[in-house]
Amino acid sequence: MTDTQPETEASVTIVVDGQEVAARPGELLIDACERAGTYIPRFCYHERMKPVGMCRMCLVEVDTGRGMGLQPSCMIPVAEGMTVDTQSEITKKAQDGILEFLLINHPLDCPVCDKGGECPLQDQTMAYGPGESRFVEEKRHYEKPIPISDTVFLDRERCILCDRCTRFAKEVAGDPLIHFQGRGNQTEVNTFPDEPFSSYFSGNTVQICPVGALTAKPYRFKARPWDLEETESTSVADAVGSRITVQSSRNQVLRYMGVDSDPVNWGWLSDKERFSFEAFNSDERITEPMARSGGDLEPVSWGAAIAAVGDALKNTDPSRLGIIGGARLTNESQFAFTKLAKGVLGTDNVDAQLGDGLPAELVLGLPRATIDQACAPGGTIILMGPDPKETLGALFLRLKHAAVEDGATIIEVTPHRTGLGQYAAHHLHPLPGETAALAAALVAETPALDTAGVSADAITAARAAIAGDGPVTVILGRASVAESAAVIADAALSLTSIPGVRFLSALSRSNVHGALDMGMSPGLLPGRSTLASGTANWPNTPSTAGMSTAQMLQAAADGSLDTILLLGADPISDFPDTDLAERALANATVIAVDLFETASTDHADAILPAAAPQEADGSFTNLEGRVTKISRKVTPPGTARPDWIIAAELAMAAGGDLGIESLDDVWAQIAAVSPAHAGIDTASLDANQRDGVVVEGTLDLPAASGVSPAVADAYAYRLVVSRRMYDAGTILANSPSSAHLASGTALHLHPVDFDALGLDRGAEVTVSSATGSVSLPVEPSGDVPRGVAAVPANQGDIVVGTLIAVGDVATNVRVERGDS
Amino acid sequence: MARFTPDNLELAHEIISRYPRKKSAVIPLLHLGQEQDGYVTNEAMEHIAELTEVTAAEVIGTCTFYEMFKTHPVGKYVINVCTNISCQLNGGEELLEHLEETLDIRSGGTTADGMFTIEDYECLAACTEAPCMQVNYRYFHRISNDEVDGVLSDIRSGKLADTIPEHGVLQRVRQTIPAGKLAGIAPPETVVDAPVWMARNEPILAARAAAKAAEEAAAANKATEATEANEKGDA
Repeated sequence: MTDTQPETEASVTIVVDGQEVAARPGELLIDACERAGTYIPRFCYHERMKPVGMCRMCLVEVDTGRGMGLQPSCMIPVAEGMTVDTQSEITKKAQDGILEFLLINHPLDCPVCDKGGECPLQDQTMAYGPGESRFVEEKRHYEKPIPISDTVFLDRERCILCDRCTRFAKEVAGDPLIHFQGRGNQTEVNTFPDEPFSSYFSGNTVQICPVGALTAKPYRFKARPWDLEETESTSVADAVGSRITVQSSRNQVLRYMGVDSDPVNWGWLSDKERFSFEAFNSDERITEPMARSGGDLEPVSWGAAIAAVGDALKNTDPSRLGIIGGARLTNESQFAFTKLAKGVLGTDNVDAQLGDGLPAELVLGLPRATIDQACAPGGTIILMGPDPKETLGALFLRLKHAAVEDGATIIEVTPHRTGLGQYAAHHLHPLPGETAALAAALVAETPALDTAGVSADAITAARAAIAGDGPVTVILGRASVAESAAVIADAALSLTSIPGVRFLSALSRSNVHGALDMGMSPGLLPGRSTLASGTANWPNTPSTAGMSTAQMLQAAADGSLDTILLLGADPISDFPDTDLAERALANATVIAVDLFETASTDHADAILPAAAPQEADGSFTNLEGRVTKISRKVTPPGTARPDWIIAAELAMAAGGDLGIESLDDVWAQIAAVSPAHAGIDTASLDANQRDGVVVEGTLDLPAASGVSPAVADAYAYRLVVSRRMYDAGTILANSPSSAHLASGTALHLHPVDFDALGLDRGAEVTVSSATGSVSLPVEPSGDVPRGVAAVPANQGDIVVGTLIAVGDVATNVRVERGDS
Repeated sequence: MARFTPDNLELAHEIISRYPRKKSAVIPLLHLGQEQDGYVTNEAMEHIAELTEVTAAEVIGTCTFYEMFKTHPVGKYVINVCTNISCQLNGGEELLEHLEETLDIRSGGTTADGMFTIEDYECLAACTEAPCMQVNYRYFHRISNDEVDGVLSDIRSGKLADTIPEHGVLQRVRQTIPAGKLAGIAPPETVVDAPVWMARNEPILAARAAAKAAEEAAAANKATEATEANEKGDA
């Protein structure tokens, strides 16, 4: 199924329509024929799923030594000497007959069907099918389309029962919430009553449905396939960088479809990636520059806005100026803003991460793994980061596949059970704040002791898995923003002593890895280099490392930082300590470059509207360091423009010059300063469009900070604040079909802890820490260990950020009945 | 109409414990749910899904595949009348019509008192006994309209209570496995030796083989003796 076997491997010879063809051992006949240029029609077979032989469309005449006979080519592996006739009279009669059967109950409502024009059933009927049906009886009837989830509609009359969606739900996504029901002529796909197909991956079933039975709400009745124009691009909804096609009609993007990129997403997308275009089409987009006059933000011309902002940047002392954000930007725009800050304005106070990530030197210094290396058969995967199902959907599908199909061993080292938990062999749940102690115990030579709330036996078992033959990969990120980055950094540094270990970063925010590679972090320059080691020969480059986001916000709150430039960042929603972010932005002059107005832009004195990814060319760096192209498909709304142009104009207004007039200029400059990006330019990105180019090169690792484990105090619980796929983030909040999917904030406790409170499900409790207190409903959850209080981040209803003091190793909280 | 009662929940746990994988207990538990409520309720399916760690969609998929699981209320006595070819030729359709008229319901319907449901069935695999019907899956062969009336009144009067339990009731066929007879619940992939029951049967099989060998030896002896005697006689 996967194309991982090298070409050099032993081959078997089969005869396809009289031609000898070399096939790979174990390969399915349908694949061998397709690689040899003979397409066999099919409905149920999908190259990324196990065959079922459900639809019978791929019947061909096969001779395996017992004479010619009809066999489904998706169910038989090739064998030496196998003879296949895909064009014989009998094969054609079978195809014709199967199509006549499939069409018996098909409504033939093609003129009003969204699939018409790109429908395999329609196409194959034209190519292989009968001209007319002999079935004169009544077709079966069902209520036309029923919603099976918030975004997916099911028309059971059109369904040909190919088992693709149900197989996807069970095998690929692991959410078997749709199933065949009934039998015989009454068989239908459906959900359990009132239990919707609420999978994070439901949109994929729409893409692989070979008929118009499954349709997605955002695209229903929007266009005909022949009116669509498309271009291949990269999804920026998270850091996986899944390949997509962007399809538009009349200068409006109407859908994203997954593209099968073998090293990355295998054609699958999470719904967050698939439907994120809705936000970019939103009427809420900022379409013209705005400046604050007399308390209100008023539209101004670009010229006036650039001049005013340029003046503000130029007139601020570099040490009192900060740039926060930039993960939303393309690599080219990130380079332009880095050069603006570190080359023209002379400040190193630049940080693309919002205090919820990891130290840049750590991410760039650790030996990196690709997704393929992490998912290698028989390998060991240590998940020490956020729940990939919630934050990196397409990566989750790859990891699940590795564990279920390829014998990879998953070790969970997370504060509570994740979506990958049911596929994990070992579940180690260290108390928040003590992850580093557990990591040290995992690599220690001495006999294991109970550590960080994890039993010695569990540690010993996990050690054995790590010591196995396969390669070891650590999926590294922040599982909880209530645990300090230093703890995870120390834990990661401990794990580097595992022989041959590699790390796959699980920072999830869009192009954050591009931002780090382009130097958008204090102390760094483009090309994975530091201020000391970097070769950028820019005027005004500061010599000492600047401030991180946390330090900048603290400085602004204290009055020692005057101007903050926000690059698509919303610290009030995303920075762990909400209070601090509020105070900082209220205190400083804020300039925002963004697509939308956010909680943070409410404090802005000027807003410059930027182009969205589908509106500007550029490139993206995913969590592996893989650079792929982002392609423009439509024009930006209003006068919004690409970020790198804004950077170049601001540089001019501030009295400097970036020397950038095109993306080619940007790549020429990157090539000059970054050995890591050698060989990458717009031409090579076009040439390697699908799989991109992986950037190599590392920094020196930082030293361990040696944080001491958090001390338990009278507060009984350790707080975990973790991200969910659906939250109140800017992009999701502006996507009509995803905006209402945020789960809402509730406190999750271990059932025993929950029972000890003596409350009903959903009753209000007060959670208080040393810095604040909030009221929220409480729920029992078997996924949460004893002594841990888990809360989802940024759900838009209750602000839990007030509980967190940035820099604390862990956050201890007290949970009390009642709403204080 | 609901989830399992405490007694049935205990039984459900016992049934689940018989299998190496909880999922294997879905069908037995569906029977249990049908026995409890007369049909399989949605709540029962949700409960089964929780107990066997599968999704409710998988349980309803399994449940609706089998005709004998009802997902809507049926009468205490479900009458299946075969109208497939052999029965049709021998009056199956007339039989169905007679029942419909007598009970004043259409095929698929249930009488107002909740006693009877009639179903028009495909082949009941008793073609030599056409026309045939089943009441709660108990056969009535070569049955005439008059005999049907008799069966209905016998059911109403309770005469057949011993032979035909109410729909869904399985007590008489419920499997009870003594502890010593359990086949073991090791997951199949971990089993390398012959199944437990094979080992348990070995002494029995050995004894049987020994007895057979002894029998054969005795027969052979007899034959030899007889030959010897004959030879002696000839001599």
